[in-house]
This record gives sequence, structure tokens and C-alpha cells, in this order.
Amino acid sequence: MGPIREIDSKLITETVKRLFLEANTCLGADVLTALQISQVREESALGRQVLARILENAAVAREESAPICQDTGLAVVFVELGQGVHVAGGLLNAAIEEGVRQAYAEGFFRKSVCDPLSRANTGDNTPAVIHILIAAGDRIRLTVMPKGGGSENMSSVTMLLPTVGREGIRRHVVESVLKAGPNPCPPVIVGVGIGGSMEESLILAKKALLRPLGQKNSRDERLKDLEQDILADVNRMGGGPQGFGGSVSALAVHVEMKPCHIASLPVAVNIQCHVARHREAII
Amino acid sequence: MQNSRSIKTPLTDELCASLHAGDMILLNGEVFAARDAAHHRLQETLQRGEALPFDIRGAVIFYAGPSPTRPGRIIGSIGPTTSYRMDPFAPLLMEQGMKGMIGKGKRSAEVVAAMQRYKSVYFGAIGGIAALTARCVRSVELVAYADLGPEAILRLELVDMPVVVVNDTQGRDLYEEALKRSEL
Repeated sequence: MGPIREIDSKLITETVKRLFLEANTCLGADVLTALQISQVREESALGRQVLARILENAAVAREESAPICQDTGLAVVFVELGQGVHVAGGLLNAAIEEGVRQAYAEGFFRKSVCDPLSRANTGDNTPAVIHILIAAGDRIRLTVMPKGGGSENMSSVTMLLPTVGREGIRRHVVESVLKAGPNPCPPVIVGVGIGGSMEESLILAKKALLRPLGQKNSRDERLKDLEQDILADVNRMGGGPQGFGGSVSALAVHVEMKPCHIASLPVAVNIQCHVARHREAII
Repeated sequence: MQNSRSIKTPLTDELCASLHAGDMILLNGEVFAARDAAHHRLQETLQRGEALPFDIRGAVIFYAGPSPTRPGRIIGSIGPTTSYRMDPFAPLLMEQGMKGMIGKGKRSAEVVAAMQRYKSVYFGAIGGIAALTARCVRSVELVAYADLGPEAILRLELVDMPVVVVNDTQGRDLYEEALKRSEL
């Protein structure tokens, strides 16, 4: 291993701040492309009008540096920390929290974090939800994801019977999306985590939402097929954009998988609204 | 949106009865933005036998909490939050005279029944287009509960805000009608 590389905590703060400012105002090119494609595919006239408004809003938000959605989310941050890195000048977590604090103040973003019991707002959208993974190398990969409450509320983890197999998983995910219906602002993106322990399935489902739209599952042919089948089922239901009726209820289904216990089959479904916001930087 | 009918608040029984699930509407006039915590307080106010902080007769409540207003602007980004969380409070407010709700997502059977009983309507607004929807807001005024921050009650003056009638006074439900009951 090479020498230890020092990264100033201030650079982490600045990067996290910049990423949240961008994510909340500029919809990613992959999402815009997926929305444009679905506008052509959508069979309902009202559904096409909804998609047109969604695209128009993205342009307005970008032009005005305004939040795409008033719900600028809980600040979720994934960190891949190279083990050759030493963070200088402060704690890594504190540097990330400060970046969130600054972005939400400067961007005039809604502070949507509160005490669960008193419901008193923390006032600065912290604490963030921070997932840290140690990786090889001497860099830090920071991925930020403002996650809205409406779609998060429609998400779940279920311990299925191991014997239900692929068909059981398919049915469960389709039923979950159908049950969520119009609540999470369709067209949605469905993140699915299969396997691992209970909590790992949830993190897999959330990470699945970070995969660029239009990119097929390249790691496992079986998952690629499963994604296509679930997407076709969901879009056959007729809910459509915002549930007003139509053929585009979901833009994509992304599945990630890990081995699990012989007694278990955890399946997590994390639903993402059409304002699928995430940004990444490597420092 | 195209082929829309323009209506103005406050709403009357006659106007509500003329609205049908699936109708595209341009909403004009005063509405009140209120969400979770504000509804809880409105319920507590009524339970204490006190008056509500605004006249709810004929009123439309918009389930919304905008992002902060930047200098030189009227309002920040604004759009509907998911409505089912206000289901426990909606029948009580309809009983007090509320005639319309704007939100997104399904309502409970109790709320749908109350809409028939009190001749009220539920409008679906498009979620996730909050920068665009802000352009339909011509003025904003704080009504109550400033301490709730983004959950305070606001009076908004709307001009041509596009909404769709989801539940009407006849018990119809656009979301249900849209679904094709195919086998999984």
C-alpha cells in the first residue's frame, strides 16, 4: 500500500454541499431521458400531459436553481472511503453533516427532519443518514441522495419463505408497487434488495436506486430478466403517471442481490418517486 | 392542462356536485396550505370547543408544506404531500364545512364516504413539479402555527392551478377506475 493521502475535512464539506445543491435543483440526464421516452410510450392523453408538466418543471427548476420538489428530502449519503485516506482537520461524519447544513440553508431547501416523538424540527435538515464502506485506494467517493418522505413511506422489507422462489419474489414486488399506487408520485423507480440479512436487503434496495436509468443489470442475467418482468407487470396495471391512468407507472426496476441464510429470503422494496435525485463525486 | 374547466373558491354544494372524477380543473382563489402537524392542532382546537384559526366554510385545504421563499419571490417550491396521513382528520373538517382537499394519493373509505355525505371533493395535484406549481401562487400569508415551520398554515391565492378530480360527491374514484384488475 502506498503512502497515506490526507484529505481536508473542509473539502468533504464543500463537496457534499455542492452535490446536494445540484441534486435538489438539476434532475439527472438519465431521468430526463427516461421521462422523454415514457412520454412517447404513454397511451393516456392525461398521462402524457402529466409527463410533459414533469419535464417542464425540471427545466424551470434548473433555470431558477429552485428545488424540483418542495420535499428536498432526508439527506442520505453513501461514502466509499479508501483505506489509504486520512481525513484531516475534523471528523468525517461531522464534515458531511456540515455540508448538508450549508446546502439546505444556502439552497433555500425545506428542512424536513424532526424529533420522532415531539415532531420538533431540527432546523437544519440534520442529522444525515450516512453509510460508510471502506474501499481500496486513496480516494473518497461521495454519493448524495435527497430522499423524499412520500415514496419512502411506501417502502418495506419482508422475510419471504425461502421456497417461494423467483415467482414469489416477483409477485411480492408487483403487489408492493400496486399497494403503493398513486401515493409515491408515479412514475416510480423500484429498488429491490434480495438476500443478505434484514438490514442488508434494505441497503441493497436503496443502492439499487443509484444505478443510472436505462442501464440493465450487468452482473446477473437472472436479475436482468426479473427486472424486465416486474416492470412489464407494473406497467400493465393501468395506474400510470400520478395514478390518473396510463401505461407508465414505473420508469425502471432495479434489483440487487446477495447470498442469505438458508432459513431466510429477505426482500426489500424501496420506492423512489420520479424526482430521482442523486449526485456523485470522487475526491 | 388542456380541456380544463376553471373554477374559483370558496366551493358551494352545487359547484361540488357538478365536479366528476377525471375532470381536469384550473383552480383559482384562496386555499389553505396545511399538513400533518397543523391538522393535529386543528383537531385539538375543535376538541377544546374553540374556533379554528380560519373560516373553513367552503374552504379548500391544500396538503402542502413549501420550501423556504428566496428573496424577491412570492413562495418557494410547493406541491402536494401524500393525503392519507390527513385521513383521520378530514371527516371532522368536512363536518365543519370544508368543501375541498388538494393532495396526492388514495383516501380511506371513511373519507370517501364523508365526501358523499358532506358534498366535498378531493383534487389530485401533480406531485414533484413544485417549481412549476409555485408559479400558480400569487400571494401568501401566514394564518397560524408559525412555530411549525414548514408545517404552518398558510393562505395562498391561486391562479389557474391544474388539478384533477379524484373523488367526487357521487363516490367515484379516479384511481380505482384507472386500474386494470389483471391477474399477477
